[in-house]
This record gives sequence, structure tokens and C-alpha cells, in this order.
Amino acid sequence: MSAHQGAKLAEQFRQSGKRARRGTFLLVLPLLAFLMATFIFPIGAMLNRSVEDPTVATLLPRTAAALRSWNGKGRPPFSAYSALADDLKRANLEGTIGKVATRMNFERAGMRSLLIKTARVAHTFELPYAQAFNAVDLQWSEPELWGALRHASASTTAGYYASALDYSRTADGKWHQRAEEDQIYVTLFIRTLWVAGVVTGLCFLLGYPLAYFIAHLDERSRNLVLILVLLPFWTSLLVRTTAWIALLQTNGVVNDTLAAFGGERLDLIHNMTGTLIAMTHILLPFMVLPAYSVMLSVPPALTRAAISLGASPWTAFWRVYFPMTLPGAAAGGLLVFILALGYYITPALVGGRTGQLISNMIEFHMKTSLNWGLAAALGGILLGGVVVLYILYARVVGLNRLRLG
Amino acid sequence: MGRTTAIIIAAAAAVVILAGVLLFMLGRGTEKDVNQMDDELSELTLPAADGASPAESTAAAPATGDSLVVVSWGGAYTKSQIEAYHKPFEAKTGVKINSVDYNGGIAEIKVQVEAKNVTWDVVDMELADAQLACDEGLLEKIDAGTLPAAPDGTPALQDFVPNGITPCAVTTILFSHIVAFDTTKFETKKPSKLADFFNVKDFPGKRGMRKKSPKINLELALRADGVAGDKVYETLSTKAGVDRAFKKLDTIKDSVVWWEAGAQPPQLLADGEVTMTTGYNGRIFDAQVVEGKPFEIIWDGQLQELDVLGIVKGSGKVDAALQFIAFATDTQRLADQAKWIAYGPARKSSLPLVGKHFAKDIDMKPYMPNAPQNSTNAIQIDFLWWADHQEELNQRWAAWLAK
Repeated sequence: MSAHQGAKLAEQFRQSGKRARRGTFLLVLPLLAFLMATFIFPIGAMLNRSVEDPTVATLLPRTAAALRSWNGKGRPPFSAYSALADDLKRANLEGTIGKVATRMNFERAGMRSLLIKTARVAHTFELPYAQAFNAVDLQWSEPELWGALRHASASTTAGYYASALDYSRTADGKWHQRAEEDQIYVTLFIRTLWVAGVVTGLCFLLGYPLAYFIAHLDERSRNLVLILVLLPFWTSLLVRTTAWIALLQTNGVVNDTLAAFGGERLDLIHNMTGTLIAMTHILLPFMVLPAYSVMLSVPPALTRAAISLGASPWTAFWRVYFPMTLPGAAAGGLLVFILALGYYITPALVGGRTGQLISNMIEFHMKTSLNWGLAAALGGILLGGVVVLYILYARVVGLNRLRLG
Repeated sequence: MGRTTAIIIAAAAAVVILAGVLLFMLGRGTEKDVNQMDDELSELTLPAADGASPAESTAAAPATGDSLVVVSWGGAYTKSQIEAYHKPFEAKTGVKINSVDYNGGIAEIKVQVEAKNVTWDVVDMELADAQLACDEGLLEKIDAGTLPAAPDGTPALQDFVPNGITPCAVTTILFSHIVAFDTTKFETKKPSKLADFFNVKDFPGKRGMRKKSPKINLELALRADGVAGDKVYETLSTKAGVDRAFKKLDTIKDSVVWWEAGAQPPQLLADGEVTMTTGYNGRIFDAQVVEGKPFEIIWDGQLQELDVLGIVKGSGKVDAALQFIAFATDTQRLADQAKWIAYGPARKSSLPLVGKHFAKDIDMKPYMPNAPQNSTNAIQIDFLWWADHQEELNQRWAAWLAK
């Protein structure tokens, strides 16, 4: 075969390979479209909400423009008063004042009723406007209040992220930490990381020996035990969580048994202990299954070889077997850790007061307070944290060290 | 193995790049949508400002065979509404009512309205939520003039309890946050007033309290600490007042079991998890009377709250929905509902018509929160005050809980 023909053949190979790859890519397209519509797009929209909020800029446009020229120090310019009187009049007529009021109440308590009250009489305002505002409510003489309006009138804001880190700002834009009794989110982020870490550790301590045990059973009993691991996995999350309530409550099975033996009843649920126990139980299969399937792929001959070459059983396990199963345990650990970071139903049900995690606050802001910007910022920080941890993990441990089977 | 991982990473990278492009497009898209929405909103609301009812401009008259989706809280409460409102309304008008359950809050309504995909017509909600939704433009305006007068001719506006009719909502029932206790746990000395709830020394045992919000808990704390009913919100408006409420709550913080759903308080009492708990009076009534549990209600210091019906903005069946609300909140229907659940009718003219429980042979009147003997030391929760202060107090509440 000549060199020319060879090159042609290689070219043909390349072409057909390309075609085949294009075919497989087409097969993945529906999935990609699905992910776009249900995953990427909503997450993008959420992250967008955490920094963008055009409510005030679009509904009070003249005020926003007037306040932009003010540096937040001293009194706001007179043009701001007349602009706000005008905007409020219009917002009241168009029924959009409620939206502005809700948005502004996130910045400063009491702004809701203040704005609605003022908007209702704004059409009677006459020069000098500053006095007209003060006549409605003396709060209008506080620069802090105008500062809040100024911050909110920018259509992109870092305010939600600042709130999510327990910071707020003064009229002239200086950031400061919230009063101690109002600090909450940083504590909860740290607690969430701590819980995820502890749950991962507990899952490893309980799951690794179990996986080892299952992997070394004979085939028939192995399947049986595996079903026992999977059975809770197939049971509804809610059922399993409520089952823990029945077991751990003050007059539950565990405490009744303790009391029968003369022990003292313990607070096992509606606190951090309850959250840790229930979450460890629920996430355990995510540790056992990858570890188990990796253990199955380790040839038993290797440990035997190590022992026949003079290693003690412990050395054979620790230096030959364990390193080979570590990718499975690591994959399980990563799964458990990331799932634990976002857990919220279980802590909500069994966490009581002290076992709440950051996702419970996200849910609160999504469903109850409707402060979606703050919810998005909290979610964004959580997402960013996961990505950073994942990258660190990839750097330190390496992704090729992960195996699911 | 390494190759598969490489492909996975490449795919992930592709998705991330695509997401970036999409985000960019999205950022432009939302800007446009918001502007559009504002234009449409002003179009919708301007005629109303001219004096025309918004209902006329948005919906056609209901025809027979039409249907309405009515959303409520489920359980015994929805059942009371089906028996008292839905069934007679269907018989009278031929409009079919589809009952849907939800868990309160206005998030779902907001999503439907913002996505312009409204599938709910009438929603049963707490007054404070209805006010919030009304401010945000998520509910249709309701003209109080369309509501029927009382049998003796009293106009609806005077017949309803205070705040019973707001621009977007009509009240159906008045429910109450009360303290209940298990009588078997206090055989020598029974608690009798709200302050006893905070007295763990003389009345030992754990306490159940609602975790969701500072609302209720701060009021109860102040009232138990001796603040008069009409001074509660004045006190809470100052930093010192809020501190005082939290200080009172601190005294029992370690003895509290926190509950989330209304079904939990009677369950906590029955399981012996707590000896006293705050709760909704209707749920405690069910446990007391229907299930025969040895519970008792302390009406002293009760906090009354209103539950209302509202129409979701853009429902497309506004006329039928209005007709339904006018029917459901007339004197007889509200009195009928009290047969099924121990919540007080929102019309004064309904109270004398309240009869016996539908299954048990007991008069329901003594169990109504607004019965005269129960409401001597009651206050109504100030929903407007909470609309202003919920953000800052929710924050402090969450922080207090977590510590």
C-alpha cells in the first residue's frame, strides 16, 4: 500500500469516525435540551435574580435618576423630593406602589406602610416638597431612608449577597456587619458545612465496614443483604424521617427502652442530634453502594498475594486493599457531602431549633417571605461553595481517583 | 476510565459554556419582560381607577357547566368548606367546584401570576398574606358592595368583624391562637391564664410553640409579661419592647418543642412530648371533642386572626369567582361552616345561627373564639403592623432560634 493510499484511508477513517460521533451527539441532544430547560435555565434565572432587581429603577424612574447624582451624604437634593412625589403619584394611580413598597421593606423595616401611606396623598403635595413629605411622616427627614432608596434604585445590586453574609449598609454606602442579635446566615453556612462533614464521616465509619462485609459474603446472601441496604433507599424519604421521630421522641421506642432499664430519657430529636442521626441513616446507601461496587472489582488474589509475600493481614488490608477501594469510598463521600449540603426536609422535620441548615432559610425566603433575591443569593453562595469544594477536591485528590464501580 | 472522565468533563464544560450564553440572553430577556409586564399591569389597573369594576373588563359571565378551582388548606378545614359552601353553590348555580389543597403562603400565586399561567381561581389565605398579595398586585380587587347584607338589612361592611373586608379579600372565619394543656398532667393545680404558660416552675413540663415566625410568639410573650392588649404593637414598635419579648421567651427557650404544622400541637400533647402548647383552637377542639382527649383550652390572652377568600389576578373567571365568594360569605353559609369546624364566623349576624356539631350532639357556640365569654381578653393580630416589621423581626427570630 502506498503512502498516498494510506493517507486517504486514514482520512476516510477520520470522516466515518466524525459521522459516528455526530450521530451519538444527536442522541444526546434531547437530554441536553432537557437539562437546559429544567436545570441550567432555572439556575441561571435564579443567579440572575440575586444581583439584578430593576423594581425601583423601573417603577420610580425619576427618583432613581435624581438620587443617582447624590453621594448619600447629608440631605438628598431637592430634585429627589419632587421626583419622588411625581413617581409616587403615578405608582399609586397605576397600582404598582405595592411592588415598590414590598421591595423597599427588604431594605428597611416600615418602608412598606410609609410608601403606601405617602403615595396615597402624593397628589396633594405642593412646594416645598420636603415639608410636604415631612408632614406625612417625619421619617422622610432621615437621610438613612433616602440612602436606602438610593441603594435600591440601582438595577444591579450586591445588597442581597451582603445580606446573605450578615452585612448591611448605611446611607452613604459603607458596609457594616449587622447587630449581633440579627446575625444568622454565616452561622448557618458554617453549621451546614459542619453537618455535611460530620454526616460524611459517620457514613464512612458505618458504611465502609458494611460494604466490606457485603462484598465478602457468598453470592446468595450477598444479594439478600444488598436488598436490606436498598430497601430503606426505596422507601419514601418522608416515611423514613417520620419513623425516626417515632423512634427517638421523648416517649419513643428508644427512650422507653432506656427508661425500662432505669436510664434517663434523652433529648434525641428536634435538635442537632436528631438531624445528624436521621441524615446519616438516609444518606448511608450513597456511601455503601459505590464503596461496595469498587470492592467487588478488587481481585481477592491481590490480598492473598500480599499475605503470601509476608504481609500481616492488617498490612495487606491497609496497604493493598484499602488504597484500591478508596476511589469508591471517595466517590460515596463526595456524593454524601454534596447531598447533605442541600438537605432541608429532614432538618425541617427533626432539626427543631438548633438543627436547622441554610437550605431551611432558602426555603423560608422562597415560600414565606418572598424575598427571592435573598434566597437566590443564599443559593448562589451554596452553589459557589460546592463548586469551589469540588475544584479543590479535583486538585488535591484528582477526579480520576473517583469511581462508582 | 481516564478517557470516560475526560469526556464527562468536556460535556460539563460544553454545558457550562452554553449556560453562559443563555444567561447572557436571559439577562436581556428579563429586562424586556419586566417592562412589558408593567405596561400590561397599568393597562389592567387604569380602568379601575376610572371607577369601573375590574371584573367587568376581564371576565365573561359564568355559564352553566363552568367550573372554578378553589384552593384551601386541606383536612377538616377544607371539608367544612366543601359542606358549607361548595355543595350548596354547585346545587344553586351548576358551577362545578374543584377543590385543591395547599400549604399557605403566596409563593405559588406569585409564580402563576408572573408566568401568566393562572390555574387557581379562588384562594383561601391568611389575612396578612392576602394583604401582601394585594399589595403585589396578585389578587383581583373585590367590591364590598357586591356582598349580600345581613338578614336584618345591616350592610356587609358593618356586619363583618373589624378588618373583615379588605380591598382584595373577604373574611370567612376568625381563628385563634390559644394555649392548650393536658389536664391529666396538672391534677393538683390547673393552669388558667396565659402567664402560666411561661411559668415552668409551678406548671412543669415542656411547651410546644410555633416555629414559623415571630408573629404570635412575640405577642404571647408580651401579653404574658403583663402588657395590655391595646399596647402590644406599640410596645413591639420599640427596640426595648422587642428585647422585652425575646427576654420573656428566653425564660422558657430550653423547654420548648417547636412545631410547624397545625396538626402537630394536639399530637405533641397526646404523645406526652409537651404538657402545654400553643395551637389553633379548631385543631384542639377536634382532639378534645371528636377524639375525646383530656385537653383544655386557655382562652385568656388568645390571639385572633382572620382567614379570607381572594381571587387570583388573571383567573379569567372573575365573575363566577365573585359570585362564589358572595355566596360563601353570606350569613347562613358562614353559620353552617361552624357545624363542621370550631372557627368563628366572620359575620356578627352568623354567630346566633351557629348550631350543633354535625356528628356530636354538642352546641358549637361555646367553642367559637369570638363567643363573648372566650374573647374577654383577646386581641386581633395586627396584619398591617406585621407587613411592615416582618423582615427585620423574622431575621432576629431566625437568629434567636439558631442560638
